[in-house]
Amino acid sequence: MATVEQTQPRMPGEPTPAEAGDPGVRRRDFINIAAVSFAGVGAATAVAPLLMQASPSADVLALSSIEVDISKIQPGQGIKTSWRKQPVFIKQLTPAEIQAANAVKMSELRDPQTLADRTKPGKAQWLITLGVCTHLGCVPLGIGEGETKGDYGGYFCPCHGSHYDTAARIRKGPAPLNLHVPDYEFASDTVVRIG
Amino acid sequence: MVRIIGFFVGAGFVFVLLWSLVVNGVDYFRNPPEHAAYYYFHKDPREAELPSDGMMGKFDRQQLQRGFQVYKEVCAACHGLKYVSFYQLTDLGYSDAEVKAIANQWATEVPSVNPDTGEAATRKALVSDRFPSPYPNETAARAANNNAYPPDLSLITEARHDGANYVYSLLTGYADANTYRNAEGKPVPNDAKPPQGLHFNPYFANLNIAMPAPLVSDGQVTYADGTKATKDQMAKDVAAFLVWTAEPTLEARHRAGWAVLIFLLVATVLAYMAYRNIWATAKRQVAVRGPLDPAFRERMDEAKADSGIAG
Amino acid sequence: MSFAWAKPYEPTSPFMKWMDQRLPVPRLVYGAIGGGYPVPRNLNYFWNFGVLAGLALMIQIITGIVLAMHYYSFTGGAFDSVERIMRDVPAGWVLRYVHQNGASFFFAIVYIHIFRGLYYGSYKAPREMVWLLGLVIYLLMMATAFMGYVLPWGQMSYWGAQVITGFFSAIPVVGEPLRVFILGGYAPDQAALTRFFSLHYLLPFVIAGVTILKIWALHIPGSSNPTGVDVKNEKDTLPFHPFYTAKDGFGIGVALIIFALVVYFFPYSLGHPDNYIEANPLVTPAHIVPEWYFWPFYAILRAFTVDFILPAKLWGVLAMFGSILLLFFLTWLDRSPIRSTSYRPVYKIFFWILVVDIMILGLCGVMPAEQPWIALSQICASYYFAHFLIILPLVSKFEKPRPLPNSISESVLHGEKDESRPYGLAPSGSTTAPQPAE
Repeated sequence: MATVEQTQPRMPGEPTPAEAGDPGVRRRDFINIAAVSFAGVGAATAVAPLLMQASPSADVLALSSIEVDISKIQPGQGIKTSWRKQPVFIKQLTPAEIQAANAVKMSELRDPQTLADRTKPGKAQWLITLGVCTHLGCVPLGIGEGETKGDYGGYFCPCHGSHYDTAARIRKGPAPLNLHVPDYEFASDTVVRIG
Repeated sequence: MVRIIGFFVGAGFVFVLLWSLVVNGVDYFRNPPEHAAYYYFHKDPREAELPSDGMMGKFDRQQLQRGFQVYKEVCAACHGLKYVSFYQLTDLGYSDAEVKAIANQWATEVPSVNPDTGEAATRKALVSDRFPSPYPNETAARAANNNAYPPDLSLITEARHDGANYVYSLLTGYADANTYRNAEGKPVPNDAKPPQGLHFNPYFANLNIAMPAPLVSDGQVTYADGTKATKDQMAKDVAAFLVWTAEPTLEARHRAGWAVLIFLLVATVLAYMAYRNIWATAKRQVAVRGPLDPAFRERMDEAKADSGIAG
Repeated sequence: MSFAWAKPYEPTSPFMKWMDQRLPVPRLVYGAIGGGYPVPRNLNYFWNFGVLAGLALMIQIITGIVLAMHYYSFTGGAFDSVERIMRDVPAGWVLRYVHQNGASFFFAIVYIHIFRGLYYGSYKAPREMVWLLGLVIYLLMMATAFMGYVLPWGQMSYWGAQVITGFFSAIPVVGEPLRVFILGGYAPDQAALTRFFSLHYLLPFVIAGVTILKIWALHIPGSSNPTGVDVKNEKDTLPFHPFYTAKDGFGIGVALIIFALVVYFFPYSLGHPDNYIEANPLVTPAHIVPEWYFWPFYAILRAFTVDFILPAKLWGVLAMFGSILLLFFLTWLDRSPIRSTSYRPVYKIFFWILVVDIMILGLCGVMPAEQPWIALSQICASYYFAHFLIILPLVSKFEKPRPLPNSISESVLHGEKDESRPYGLAPSGSTTAPQPAE
């Protein structure tokens, strides 16, 4: 009767008969752990491009900063332009509007900021804000000729009735914050760089 | 059943194929086809030996800037670069201000809309724009170039076999069809000579190309870094630039590639060692019994002899 | 299913016991690829290619899903969106090169896997279903790859779509209306592009589903092995985990090294330059060729140059599809009871001629349709059909095989020659009848 005598293979982690009397000896299986760890590191690194691709791409980032020519805007006028696919209001305030903005007491404001806080030094007449209502995101009225400016002479959001003053600060209505002022600088007296 | 049908289907295909073979063969030997002029005169590209060649390839940014200058002054009048954006030029080593100036001063303007009247207009290029094409569409391009279309060059080194060397060879390969001799000394036959408006260039697929030689003399471009602008140098530089336009991420690819390869080599060696470790006890362990038992082997040999099968 | 000595799944932690009683997925995995699935101990490296194919499919699906976040299936913008991925999307170039070359990787692995099946008789009873499901996967892969290649909307994308959809017009009567229906127009255009994108996204998941069926079908008889001799007892097998998980880990490492070499250093080598030119319906490329994994079939298609009752074009289309369809009947064409070609010395010669034949056909597929390539493809295509439909049935019926080993464990331990028995004799020590592969 032909039989094959053969011990069953040892499972990794099982001690050999010699080692059986010495629990805790796992020398020979260290290589398994090393191999699996390396593979794990590799797999984790391979995930990196899959996540990176979701970040904004170079062409979107190239439009993260725009330059706008403001030479044609008269005092009391404003333009609506697009920056990062959102509306931006660029308004040249009249001296009366500047005075009205400075006359407001901080204690009356839901989001206390002075006009000086919201404009560049020496350029207090240039008010540049996002045209996005801080309540739920509608585009307020008031920048264009003939549009209603609300009760405080600035902007008025028709969706839920938020009123902004001449410095685009919230005075009445549900919006919690003043219209956001983006990062900008004057590249020259007639050109503003936003973003 | 399957085999019977299969046999006839197979026989059918084989018969038709061998019939085609015979008919084609007879036709071939009766009327042997002649080689076209291409066969005798087309030349494969010469090596440009660019620094971006090979697995360790890198860009020489000075060369890329020179190549860009050649493109701007010689090629941009007719050839677009529509997949390259101005902001990518910072890769070449230009500063943000220089790139802005390049975009602003670019000869061709970008199509836009007149904000007051709404009519079609053009405006100066911004850094965020792509390179504007010299012609608004293919029809205009052909109309201005004797019905030939100057291809966009962004991907040209990938769109032609051995592209970088091809561009280099093409630009330096113009020859006079009347005096040109191929490697065997054969002159160009009359029907392969360029008709009116075409130019003979053995590196071009059809031998006669609509583009006149763009690099006509040394010093055609005055390099900003002072390098001598021979025709050969200009051709090499613009070929190198066009390798970059086709694949700006080449250096990143090579860098990542070496990192990945080395990591994988180490990981595979570890994996092999783990595999051998795990299998160490699973292969050949045997006690001398069973099939090595001489008695069993005797019976085996008898059985083999009985059935007449060789061992 | 499986073998009597397969270790049963025994969860120890309370959470795993809870899970096992409610949704026994861990039990399923344990029994399929864990310690509970016995596998013959003598598998060689050709058995790694199944897992590698699964890996390739996963790579394609993951990179494909992510690329689809940036790809734009509009004829006026598809090519541009691919260039955006290469230049503007962070790490986009890696994803594109991996996906583009991953298709070639997938096909290379599957071809080796198929040749393994042909050589070792893996298509024979009781694994016929495994083979048939595999061929279904292969057809789905070819459809997916074809549609994927159209998506960048380059010159080869467009003209390849023209040629392949043109096959349908070879069918008499219904051919042309069928072609227009498939394209949603008279030529590949917007309708074709968007529907190809939709189907290209869908089919890999169908492939994944069929793969699961295939693994299920395989796990009923268990894996075959290089000797073709059935598993008899526990000594013939090893549990899949850790033995074959370790071997597959090593195999994956080697495969990824080759893949990384291509992706990072030679990413254009398998493609065609003409696909870097935007599609132009008014200009045909000098030579229209498909991707390398279709070259042998392209050669068979173009080998038929002479009308014979049917037009040559129809012969070519029938032969091209026939060359794949005949593989479905392989189990019934090859009646040899011996599974592994190692023990079939006469058939072995023809097998290797077939391998060389298919490679030559591949070369003919990429060459222009001129002599001598046409003649060569006619000769090689003849051999291909003769091999499967004429030679194989005859050889399998009449050849005398070499003696088989008694069992797997004996062939592993002592080498096959020492342990072989003449075909037809019962293995010593067994009381059952002889063990042919039936």
